[in-house]
Amino acid sequence: MKKTKQLSAGLILMAFGLGTAQADYTLNLMKGVTKVSNDIYDLHMLILWICVAIGVGVFGVMFYSIYHHRKSKGHKAAQFHENTTVEIIWTIIPTLILIGMAIPATKTMIELNDVQASDMSIKVTGKQWYWDYEYLDNGVHFESHLDEASEKTHRTAGADPRSVPHYLLNVDKPLVIPVNKKVRFVLTSGDVIHSWWVPDLGWKKDANPGFINEAWTLVEKPGTYRGQCTELCGRDHGFMPIVVIAMEQPEYDVWVAKTLEHQKQKPDLSDQTSGQLMAHGESVYLKNCVGCHQINGAGVPGLIPALTGSAKVTGKWEALDGFLRAGTAKMPSFAKLNAKEYAELMTYVRNNLGNKVGDELQPRQTALPDDDDE
Amino acid sequence: MSAVVVEHDHHADDHHDHGPAKGLLRWIITTNHKDIGTLYLLFALAMFFVGGSMAMVIRAELFEPGLQFVDPAFFNSMTTMHALVMVFGAVMPAFVGLANWQIPLMIGAADMALPRMNNMSFWMLVAGVLLLASTLFMEGGAPNGGWTLYPPLVLQPITVGKALPFAVFSVHLLGISSIMGAINIIATIFNMRAPAMKLMDMPLFVWTWLITAFLLIAVMPVFAGAVTMLLTDKFFHTSFFNAAGGGDPVLYEHIFWFFGHPEVYIMILPTFGVASTIIPVFARKPLFGYASMVWATASIAFLSFIVWAHHMFTVGMPIAGELYFMYATMLIAVPTGVKVFNWTATMWKGAMTFETPMLFSIAFVVLFTMGGFTGLMMAIAPADFQYHDTYFIVAHFHYTLVPASVFILMAAGYFWLPKWTGHMYNEKIGQLHFWLSTISVNILFFPQHFLGLAGMPRRIPDYAVQFADWNMISSIGGFIFGASQLLFLYIVIDTIKGGTGEKVSDEVWEEASKHSLEWTLPSPVPYHTWTTPPAIVPTEHVLDSH
Amino acid sequence: MSEDVSKKNVKLARILLLVALGMFGFGYALVPLYDVLCEWKWLERDRPDAIKKAPEIGYTVDLNREVTVEFMTTLNESTPMVFRTEKKQLKVHPGEYYTVNFYAENKTDKAMVARAIASFSPAVISRYFEKIECFCFSEQTFKAKEAKTMPMRFVINPEIPEEYKTITLSYTFFDNTEKSVKN
Repeated sequence: MKKTKQLSAGLILMAFGLGTAQADYTLNLMKGVTKVSNDIYDLHMLILWICVAIGVGVFGVMFYSIYHHRKSKGHKAAQFHENTTVEIIWTIIPTLILIGMAIPATKTMIELNDVQASDMSIKVTGKQWYWDYEYLDNGVHFESHLDEASEKTHRTAGADPRSVPHYLLNVDKPLVIPVNKKVRFVLTSGDVIHSWWVPDLGWKKDANPGFINEAWTLVEKPGTYRGQCTELCGRDHGFMPIVVIAMEQPEYDVWVAKTLEHQKQKPDLSDQTSGQLMAHGESVYLKNCVGCHQINGAGVPGLIPALTGSAKVTGKWEALDGFLRAGTAKMPSFAKLNAKEYAELMTYVRNNLGNKVGDELQPRQTALPDDDDE
Repeated sequence: MSAVVVEHDHHADDHHDHGPAKGLLRWIITTNHKDIGTLYLLFALAMFFVGGSMAMVIRAELFEPGLQFVDPAFFNSMTTMHALVMVFGAVMPAFVGLANWQIPLMIGAADMALPRMNNMSFWMLVAGVLLLASTLFMEGGAPNGGWTLYPPLVLQPITVGKALPFAVFSVHLLGISSIMGAINIIATIFNMRAPAMKLMDMPLFVWTWLITAFLLIAVMPVFAGAVTMLLTDKFFHTSFFNAAGGGDPVLYEHIFWFFGHPEVYIMILPTFGVASTIIPVFARKPLFGYASMVWATASIAFLSFIVWAHHMFTVGMPIAGELYFMYATMLIAVPTGVKVFNWTATMWKGAMTFETPMLFSIAFVVLFTMGGFTGLMMAIAPADFQYHDTYFIVAHFHYTLVPASVFILMAAGYFWLPKWTGHMYNEKIGQLHFWLSTISVNILFFPQHFLGLAGMPRRIPDYAVQFADWNMISSIGGFIFGASQLLFLYIVIDTIKGGTGEKVSDEVWEEASKHSLEWTLPSPVPYHTWTTPPAIVPTEHVLDSH
Repeated sequence: MSEDVSKKNVKLARILLLVALGMFGFGYALVPLYDVLCEWKWLERDRPDAIKKAPEIGYTVDLNREVTVEFMTTLNESTPMVFRTEKKQLKVHPGEYYTVNFYAENKTDKAMVARAIASFSPAVISRYFEKIECFCFSEQTFKAKEAKTMPMRFVINPEIPEEYKTITLSYTFFDNTEKSVKN
């Protein structure tokens, strides 16, 4: 009775999965694209099948008994119990199975641990709520935020996530690595604990503040691989994805050269129209501020002050500028932004989000003498 | 505390002369183990619905991709509070309630060893849970750093508002309450047993609770210590977990899971005990291996202290640590397997009937074993690099808690309510409740395995669209499961008020008195029982084990 | 309940209560115990307080071996500082002494107390990485807008196992100003 019900429930679910045209009813772990992820997949399948076999055996016996040894069928209870031989057998056999599992698991664990002899290192820093990547060999350094389309959609009531490509799994600047190179990741955090997970690479590793962890990968197939932060890191924990693009070496080299050149460029401090300032300002806001102060600038009661109507925002811009650069015990410093971004951001927050100061700040006004420091 | 207890003696004897006090006061000042058991059980039931409604909020938000109903921070509060309320407000108190009712009845004791302390632990529990619940209404909301309360997140002013000290103090109260409860249970089992009952005569429910009580005493204080360190780190500039002062946030994870792993066994060992009590009655057979069940329980309890870091395989441990914790964790499968094999062998060649308590117990064995399998999978450290902190683990621990601990608590309700109230529950509605629960709980949690394997992290309020379909199915299962539990509420109230009207026999279940002492008492159980200890005790379950 | 049983109950309860109190203490004892375990060869983990100044004794330089040392700098909570290293990678011979300059600047108008926390990867390297001079030995005080060049002198003990070819040393600056004011 129970068996058939369970079976039919399972079948209904299966039918759901197979009957739909979309391949969204994924059932199993992905194999991934590295040796490590494939080894993990094999381990996963091995244990899964062992568990299924044990399950079929144990539940088979149980359901046979439930079906045949019932009082309504007139079965009389036997009164046996305690059988040392049986008890020894059912202790020894599982132990042997476990040893059988432990051997391949240990091999894979040792493989995972072997970070040495790498070709390059990338520093991965988890921050609330984005990832910061720094290539230790060539000096490429950038932040990787959730892409603007996802950012706007998840913050807008009624917006349709299905219309956004790779909703919540897309970033503005993906991490780029060359194929067939052993890449070593050194992970740390700038605030709370995060965890860097790309299922296709077979890696998940925590990023702890003050400490560093290692991981490595060697991707053979060019492609785009997506992942997410997997350690609860605050309100926007669900909104800091990871995108890794593996490229052929020549392509990668071009990317590095281009990125470095872009990095060296001084920000364009020429004047902008108010429309430009506002549009760019929104982008800066969406990357840096929206996680706490919200899309409408309302903040979070009791935790995060509102920007709408805030005297700090609508007062003298020089004071706001100083405030943003210094940060507070609750708010990180935004000294990392350049003069152009400062002008755009401040124009935006002072003239949107329910504020109407009516001024326009140009990059030349917000430039500091020592801005070329970094 | 001891002074209170000594003083009690003078009152103890004259208490026996009269029944319960009248009116509401009876429930506030009661020291009767049955009254306190009832209070615990009703409180747990209420909290089950409170925690359950938080789960409904979570499943409603996850019904579709996109943020529909709640803000991410409130969503995080819901996952945090759902866990804390269910663990500390529902499951643990429910088992303490069962212990209060059943242990004295099963071992032939007149009451718990320290009745006044018993009353105190209940009211402290209520205070603790109310304090925790009050944070929901505070500025900045309830704690939202996860029930594990990992620093530095939980110490961050932008994450947790005013709630932290209240949550910490609430944990202290809950801890003291559980420790007092545990002390009481140990003292009752050791000192109040009928002289005729040896330790190896005790029903397995009593055995598992004895071991659980020791676990509680060992780990609740460690948790209290850990949260106290959080508090001093936040307000008194200590640096236990702050790298800036020479501390380490990973240390908190170690201390937390040193508590946390035994804690999950605190919720599952009494579950094993109840299942081992119910299955033989409905199989009409003695438990297959009594002694091996006792030993398996003890070894699981021991192992629970040395496997904690399998909750943190990805934290960046040295390989020696990873391998050690992997091997030690895999070992747990052995005694757990012994238990499952034992239950199966107990059913084998029995004369089974399938009343609601038995149905829930069978579902427990099957579904708990499934949770056990995924547990074994996650013990494999390299594979855990993919499973960790995804919906796969959410599915795993819900399988070991909902269709295991919660199902067994339901089974226990159906099993003993007729004894306690003297009324029979409505079997038809009971069976309906069972089938609805069992089917919906699988629709709810089984797809979560797929979600986790496909790459959906846990504790996120919104997700990529490829996870949409299984999430919707899971939510539908959740709503059905939640609604089905109202049937249980109805049955409990209905049974207390008279049930089917059928007068139950003293034994209630056929030949139950061969298995355990409570079935030799009249139904409903009188207010005072075993004022003289029973001279002989049932030994059906322990034949030959001496 | 007889007087006798009652006494037994109270006695047992007292013992168990002491056990519970003991376990509360044990929770705190785990803190120093963790430091001890983290020193064990196979369980090595960085303990910031364990960083000691090593004397410059002069090892025999192993010119046959080369180890790549990487230096990483992080600012916790985006502290308004500039913090960087003169070199991100350096190839070194075990036994030879090197000095690497780190540069830090306080971008605020107020004095600042900051502490650099060191972390090694792999963690076991900390037992072969000897620091003769380092800004991480103590808290650093910066006047308003002050910029500092901070040399870090180190040697890699020639006993370092062959397998380690690339090692990373990370420094994270934590702003401790508020804390030091209150103490």
